[in-house]
Amino acid sequence: MKLIFSISRSGREGSSIPKADVPKVNAIPQQFRRKKPAELPEVSEQEVIRHFTALSRKNMGVDTNFYPLGSCTMKYNPKFHERIAALPGFAELHPLLPQLRHGGVLTQGALAVIYEAERILSELLGFSACTMQPLAGAHGELTGCMLIAAYHKDCKDEKRKIMLIPDAAHGTNPASAAVAGFETVEIASDSEGNVDLDDLKKHLGPEVAGLMLTCPNTLGLFDPNVKEICRLVHEAGGLCYCDGANFNAIIGRVRPGDLGFDVMHVNLHKTFSTPHGGGGPGSGPVGVAEKLVPYLPVSRVAKRSDGTYALEYDYPDSIGYIAPFYGNFGIILRAYAYMLTLGKEGFRRVSENAVLNANYIRCRLTPYYDQKYARFSMHECVFSATRQIAKGVHALDIAKALIDRGYHPPTIYFPMIVPEALMIEPTETESKDTIDSFIEAMIEIAQMTESNPEQIQQAPLTTPVKRMDETRAARSPVVADLGCPGM
Amino acid sequence: MPYIANTEADVKEMFKTIGCDSFEQMWEKAQIKFPPPSLDTLHSGLSEYEVVKHLNELAARNATQLVNFLGAGYYDHIIPAAVGEITGRSEFYTAYTPYQPEASQGTLQAIYEYQSMICRLTGLFVANASLYDGGTALFEAMMMAGRITRRRQAVISEAVSPIFRRMIECYSSNLDIELIQVPSGTDDSAQQRLMEAITENTACVIVQYPNVFGTIEAWEEVTAHAHAKGALAVCSCYPIALAVLTPPGEMGFDIVTGEGQSIGIPLSFGGPYLGFMATTEKHMRKMPGRICGRTVDLDGKDGFVLTLQTREQHIRRASAMSNICSNENLCALTALVYLCCMGKQGLIDVAELCAAKAAFARSEILKIDGVKPVGGEAFFNEFVISLPVDAAEVVGKMIDKGFAAGFPLGRYYPDRKNQLLIAVTEKRTREEIKALANALEAVL
Repeated sequence: MKLIFSISRSGREGSSIPKADVPKVNAIPQQFRRKKPAELPEVSEQEVIRHFTALSRKNMGVDTNFYPLGSCTMKYNPKFHERIAALPGFAELHPLLPQLRHGGVLTQGALAVIYEAERILSELLGFSACTMQPLAGAHGELTGCMLIAAYHKDCKDEKRKIMLIPDAAHGTNPASAAVAGFETVEIASDSEGNVDLDDLKKHLGPEVAGLMLTCPNTLGLFDPNVKEICRLVHEAGGLCYCDGANFNAIIGRVRPGDLGFDVMHVNLHKTFSTPHGGGGPGSGPVGVAEKLVPYLPVSRVAKRSDGTYALEYDYPDSIGYIAPFYGNFGIILRAYAYMLTLGKEGFRRVSENAVLNANYIRCRLTPYYDQKYARFSMHECVFSATRQIAKGVHALDIAKALIDRGYHPPTIYFPMIVPEALMIEPTETESKDTIDSFIEAMIEIAQMTESNPEQIQQAPLTTPVKRMDETRAARSPVVADLGCPGM
Repeated sequence: MPYIANTEADVKEMFKTIGCDSFEQMWEKAQIKFPPPSLDTLHSGLSEYEVVKHLNELAARNATQLVNFLGAGYYDHIIPAAVGEITGRSEFYTAYTPYQPEASQGTLQAIYEYQSMICRLTGLFVANASLYDGGTALFEAMMMAGRITRRRQAVISEAVSPIFRRMIECYSSNLDIELIQVPSGTDDSAQQRLMEAITENTACVIVQYPNVFGTIEAWEEVTAHAHAKGALAVCSCYPIALAVLTPPGEMGFDIVTGEGQSIGIPLSFGGPYLGFMATTEKHMRKMPGRICGRTVDLDGKDGFVLTLQTREQHIRRASAMSNICSNENLCALTALVYLCCMGKQGLIDVAELCAAKAAFARSEILKIDGVKPVGGEAFFNEFVISLPVDAAEVVGKMIDKGFAAGFPLGRYYPDRKNQLLIAVTEKRTREEIKALANALEAVL
C-alpha cells in the first residue's frame, strides 16, 4: 500500500487551527530557524482517515479475530474503558498540577484512582503495597530488580550481584536484571518443566541477590515447589521476584505474596484487560512485601485521615524516580474500571475460566500435537511441532496456516527450552464455540501436514502480503522514507 | 458475569473433556492444593453504568477547568478529532506486537511512517518504534552512547528537564556510570562550562532543545567539541518546536530523543506518553527498541517487518541493547496521525502561533511592576520571569483566580525560588493571556 508521503500534494492542507489573535511578530530569531520545512505530508483530513482506515484493515486484533498469543493474555478490552479514559477530567489533567501550591486538592479524583487501584492490586497479590508507576512489564521488572538492589545495599550486603533466572524465563528478565546492574546466572528446568531444585541449590550463596521466577511459569505450569523455592532463596539471603506476566492464571485464586515472593510486577495490559495497542502502552505495577516498602519509588499516594489524598515524597530510602510522574495513568484508569466491574467474586472466575479453556484445548489437541511436558496446565498450553517436522512442517508454518484460517497464531519458538514451541493462551473471554472452531482448524492443519504438507508450507495465501524476506530487511535495512533523494 | 462467555452447560462439558468435575478439582490437578484467599477487603462487582457514574464523579474532582499556562515539557495543544477516530479503531488498539507481519501490515506500515516522520523532524537517518517517555528515552540514549564509545561518563546540562535528570540519576545508581551535571546558570557561559566538562572519558554530552527554561540555543560548537573528544552529542527536544527550529541532526547531534506527548497525545495526568529516539546510520545497530523495516514478500510485493531484532531482549537476553519489550505503539500511531493531520504547513502554523502568543504573553507580563525577564529573547513557547516574591506563593494565589499560571522553578532549582516558568500554546487566546497578566498584577 502507498505510503502517506506518496499521496501528499503540495499546498493541500488538513488542519484547522485558530487564527492569530496576537501581533504576528517574528518571535524566533532568524539564526535558529530551519532552512527548509520538515517534509511532513500535505493531505486532507479525509485522505488521512481513508489511509489509516485502510491500514487498520490489514491488522488482526482481538476485536476481529481469536488471538491466542501465549504469554500475552489477549482478552477482550471492554469498550466503556476507552470512554472513561477520554473524559476531559482525566485526559486534560496536567501531571504537574499537584506540584503547584495546594495543587493536590486539584487532582483528588485522579489520586483516588491511583490509590484505590493500588489497594485492590495489593490485596490480589498478597502484598503490603504497590507502586503503579512502572510503564510496562519490563519496566516493572527493572523497578523490582532495583528494589532488590536497594534492599541488599541497605543491609550492607552489597556483594550480592547475581540474579538467578530459570532457562524458561522471558528474555526481559535477564535484560532487566542487567540494566539494574546484576550479573545473571541461568538455572535449569527439570524433566517436569519445574525449576531444577538441585541446580538452584548449587547456585545459591552469599553473592546471590535473588531469583526471578515466572509464576505460573512460561510453560503454563504451576511449579508445585514454589514455596520451597522461595524458602531456599530466603535461607540463602536472597529475595524472590515473581514475573507476573501470567497472573491471569491465578488471579483471585493464588496470591504470590502468600507463596513467599517478595516483589512482583503484573501487566495491566494482560491480566487487567487494558488494550495492547499494537505493542503498548502497557503498565507494569509492582507489589512488594513489607520489607521492601521503604524502597518503593516516589511519589507515593497516601490517604489522609480526613479521606483526602496526597502525594508524598519523604521516603529517604526510596530508589527515587523511575517514571516522570505517577505511571501510565490512562492505562491504570482502565484497569481500575475493570477491577471495579469484576469485584471480589469476579477475579477468581477469570482464572477459573482461563485455566479451563486452556486445558480444554490441551486435552483436545493432545492426539494431534506433541507436548514436551504433558501435564495439566494453567492458563496456556505449550505444544511442540516435533511430530510435524518429519513432514517438513515447522511451528512457523502452522502459525501461518492459522492466519489463513482466520486465527492469530499462538506464540511460537518460546519458551526456548521447548523445540518448535506453539504456546496457546485462549483467555477466559473466549466462548467454547470459538475455541472449538480453533481446535478444528488446528486438527485440520495437523491432518493436512500428513496429506499435503506443501500447502501448509506455502501459507499464508489470503493475507495482504505473503511471507516476508526478513533476511533482506536486516541485511540492508530500509527503515525510513527520508523524503530527500540522495540522503 | 461480564466478559466470560462460558455457560454452565459449556463448563460442564469442558470439565468432562479435561477430566474434572469442579473448579476445585481442576486447581488440584494443576498443582494448586491450598485454599483460595478470602479477598474480604474487596467490594462486590459493579455494573458498567455504576462504574461509569463513579468515574465521572472522580473526573469531576480534577481541576481541568483552570486556564493552563503550565508546561515544563508537557503541553496543552489542540488535538484534532480525527486522531482519536483512528487510534480508536480496535483493529489498531486490540492488536499486539507485530511479530507476525502477514497479520500486522497495518501496524507495521504505521510504525514505518512514524519512524519516517521522526527522521524528517529531527534531521536524522533512523528512528525506533518508540520508548516509554522522554525521560527513559534520554536514559537509553546515554546507555547507547556508553555502548558505542565504551566510556562510562556522561556530561549533562542542568538545563535538561529536572524530571528527566532525576530519572537518569535513579537508573544510574546501580550502574558503573559517572554523571557530571553542569550548572546552567543565567549567563552566556553555560555552553563554555559544558564543553570544559567534556574529556577523553566522556561518552556523551546531553542537552535539551529548547532547554527547560524555553531558551533556544545553537549547539554546533558543543557537538563539534564533543566529537573532537571522541564523545557523542545527545539532545532531548520538543517535537513541535522542530517545525520551525534547525533540526538537531543538522547541528551535529548523534542521538536525538524527546517526549512526544505534545504531538497529539493527551496530558492524561502523566501518561501514557511517547519517548522517541533517532540516530545516524552509523549507530543504527546500537539503538534500543523495535525498528520496522521495509522489505518484500515471496512474490516481490512491498511490505514491512520488525527488523534488526538481534539487538533485542527476546533474542539477546542479558546482553540486549535494552530491556524494553512493550513500547508505546499506540502513542506512536497517535503522533503519526497528528502529524499527518497537521501536515507540513499546519505544524509550522501551530509552532508560529505558540511562539507569537508566548512573545505576546511575555511582553504583557513584563509590563507588571517588579516582574523581570530571565534569560534572553530567543525562546520558543515557554519563558521564565522573576517575581518580587516566592513564585510558589504566587501560583497558589493564581489558582484561586482560575489559572494554572506556570511552574515555580524553586522546587528543582533552589536558587530560582522567585522564578516562574510560563508556557503558552496555540490554545490560549489573547483574552486569556491578558487576564493572566491582570491577575498576576493583582496578586503581586
